[in-house]
Amino acid sequence: MIPSEFEYHRPGSIAAALAVLEEHGDDARVMAGGHSLIPMMKLRMADVPHLIDLQSIDELKGISVEGGKVTIGAMTTQHELITNDALAAAAPIMREAALLIADPQVRYMGTIGGNVANGDPGNDMPGLMQCLDATFSLHGPDGTREVQARDFYEAAYMTDREDDEILTRISFAAPKGGQAYEKQKRKIGDYATAAAAVIIEKASGKVASASIAMTNLSDTPVFSEAAGSALVGSDCGSDAMSNAVSAMLGDIDPTEDNRGPVEFKKHVAGVILRRAIERAWSRA
Amino acid sequence: MGKQIITLTVNGEKHEVAAEPRELLVHTLRETLNLRGPHVGCETSHCGACTVDIDGKSVKSCTMFAAQADGAEITTIEGIATPDGMHVLQEMFREHHGLQCGYCTPGMITRAYRLLQENPNPTEEEVRFGIAGNLCRCTGYQNIVKAILAAAAEMNAAREAAQ
Repeated sequence: MIPSEFEYHRPGSIAAALAVLEEHGDDARVMAGGHSLIPMMKLRMADVPHLIDLQSIDELKGISVEGGKVTIGAMTTQHELITNDALAAAAPIMREAALLIADPQVRYMGTIGGNVANGDPGNDMPGLMQCLDATFSLHGPDGTREVQARDFYEAAYMTDREDDEILTRISFAAPKGGQAYEKQKRKIGDYATAAAAVIIEKASGKVASASIAMTNLSDTPVFSEAAGSALVGSDCGSDAMSNAVSAMLGDIDPTEDNRGPVEFKKHVAGVILRRAIERAWSRA
Repeated sequence: MGKQIITLTVNGEKHEVAAEPRELLVHTLRETLNLRGPHVGCETSHCGACTVDIDGKSVKSCTMFAAQADGAEITTIEGIATPDGMHVLQEMFREHHGLQCGYCTPGMITRAYRLLQENPNPTEEEVRFGIAGNLCRCTGYQNIVKAILAAAAEMNAAREAAQ
């Protein structure tokens, strides 16, 4: 499987990458780790006359944890997320989720920026970023702007990012409380049948706050404010959990595919959310 | 969009090769450099038969353009053996029947090589998780896992003896 012809660019700065994007318009596309884009190019489902490889842009790399704020460059690989101890201390849910993505080889190449910017509803990081209330930085010809992960996703592969913008950085406040990422998949390397990201803060034995987001159960990630609210003030017992699951089921909109019919997906979503809530609560 | 010259250091030897941007690394290794160890299995980033080591990372060379590897250091199965003979991993795959048809073996060993660099003393579970990106349709994996664990033990013993 060989892609159709293209011209390869490897700029050394964000400005240089933006210049190539501006010059070639719709004919150009940026590539991070390439493990979503290259397979699509091989299948000739993606045609990219000008491929812009971001690997040599140092501005897009690195993880920093300072003063309770986590900042991650878009070209940081899943492998780097997993092996960074400062990140694991500040937000253990990041390592837990990254370990469930694809397989070891793919995690050495796959990046957080590619994962969140691609807009694939099967990707794990978008839901997690919504759970963390993360902010994405976008660089374009007119400068930089910031978008909340909860406002970024419009439909499958459709996001708020303009074609002439590059997603450069992700930041979020180090979460307080117990965290858990739970994912049901058919086999290693598969996308989720259902996945849940949950963060719960505990005060005086009750849920003080809860953030819940679901993956691959709609054409975008689903931040379920109602599911989180259903837990607040409760002891996170079985009634509260059932209320949270009901609220979540009202927010998702799965479609039938080779991972199963709609009823099955809703069932799995409920099981996975319960497990994630239990684990997050036990860590709160 | 003609060919461009790229530099690859493969198994310690520097090569300048001409490749079209769309040329996948596995084809450059196999067809231009005549290294037939990295196998083309599924061509869809799943099976891991094409795994090579690039700048300290296990990479599926069917999912990388040769141009992306310009300037990189690459180790293929051909570079795993030492001048004194086979690498311990190769010896242990033979000893423990870690292969049957052998098609997945170069990728398996190249991946296991990096896994043991990062985690010299893995548990069985860590070995299984660490080779989850490599498929084998013959062995049922048991003997592959045994071979990797045995190689880890040998390598650790050799390291201790050297100290």
